[in-house]
Amino acid sequence: MAQLIGGLATSHIPAIGKAIAQGLQQDPYWKPFFDGFPPIHAWLGEQQPDVVVVFYNDHGLNFFLDKMPTFAVGAAAEYPNADEGWGIPTLPTTRGNLDLSWHLVNELIACEFDLVTCQEMLVDHACSIPLKLFWPDHDAAPVEIVPINVNTVQFPLPTARRTYRLGQAVGEAIRSWDSDKRVMVMATGGLSHQLEGERAGHINKQFDLQFLESMASNPEWATQFSDREIVAAAGTQGVELLMWLAMRAALGTAGSGVRMVHSNYHIPISNTAAGTLALEVKA
Amino acid sequence: MTDAPEIPGTTPFDGDVARRGYALNKMCYSFNERANRDAFVADPEAYMRTYGLTEEQTEAIRSKQVLALLAAGGNAYYLAKFAGIFGLDMQDIGAQQTGMSKEEFQAKLVAANNQ
Repeated sequence: MAQLIGGLATSHIPAIGKAIAQGLQQDPYWKPFFDGFPPIHAWLGEQQPDVVVVFYNDHGLNFFLDKMPTFAVGAAAEYPNADEGWGIPTLPTTRGNLDLSWHLVNELIACEFDLVTCQEMLVDHACSIPLKLFWPDHDAAPVEIVPINVNTVQFPLPTARRTYRLGQAVGEAIRSWDSDKRVMVMATGGLSHQLEGERAGHINKQFDLQFLESMASNPEWATQFSDREIVAAAGTQGVELLMWLAMRAALGTAGSGVRMVHSNYHIPISNTAAGTLALEVKA
Repeated sequence: MTDAPEIPGTTPFDGDVARRGYALNKMCYSFNERANRDAFVADPEAYMRTYGLTEEQTEAIRSKQVLALLAAGGNAYYLAKFAGIFGLDMQDIGAQQTGMSKEEFQAKLVAANNQ
């Protein structure tokens, strides 16, 4: 059976794509964010994952309000990025893993998750930038992916508890996949930030730090909150912590079952409190 | 969601807003493609008519004021594609919505370290 070896998470701010393109990793503004990655690069070099299941949220590249899925699973051979309209660089196409896509679709629907499946799927900066951050030395990340899109555009969002359960089911499905592949799960987005309204610029450091702490010790902590309670605490875009919950849930519920490889937290990158995390599943 | 508590300075993009904002958001979604951005820049009024924007939405687009665009039903992610046409970044937009200069808005973000 496939091995689920760890989890990754990082913010996916569009401006990061520009910073990478301009080589600003050592610039004083950017360095505290990019410095969160080398320990994770070293760990990834040891772990050598083959496939990564990416929990991310589309921002109006692949999905519009005409058809807005709550959970959508990619089932494509490749996932291109494309022009998103706001001037950030277009990143390379990433290969998919069709066997894992359809295994996940079959298993998750059997677990009563009513998914949308996508045999064609553009992935936006929320998927492409994290791959570039975790594998900076490659043009395209040397892994295959299965993207899972979680709606954070239109309320009501899936509840934190439901998203956590989706993550649990994804983890169980990966472990039941008849394959010798080494698999990781990834979350992108967060942490606290708010782009719109008079409260634009809202950041909640204490909430973020408690959330990061919960990833190691008490992963279900944030499932107590409704979507609007998360907005109140972490901002309209802070709801992206749903991805982190799904990623963490996939790794298993026991706090003792994972090892914190590295974490980083920095305020601000663009309008965002930026977080980065890597967790290893204990053998 | 009438039973949900108010969050100051925040309007979650729910079904009520999505219904009102559909034409505006559909136009802004079209700005993913360069040809559409160019067509808008060439003749904004004609482009807005193509998408059937309401008078409030048309006026909000003319004003380039994000709070007015949100009030007209705009969603932050699609509006960002409109803002991108003018080279505005998220700190420009944040400053505009909060009535600050860009430098003041950036300082507010940095100050969150002291929370």
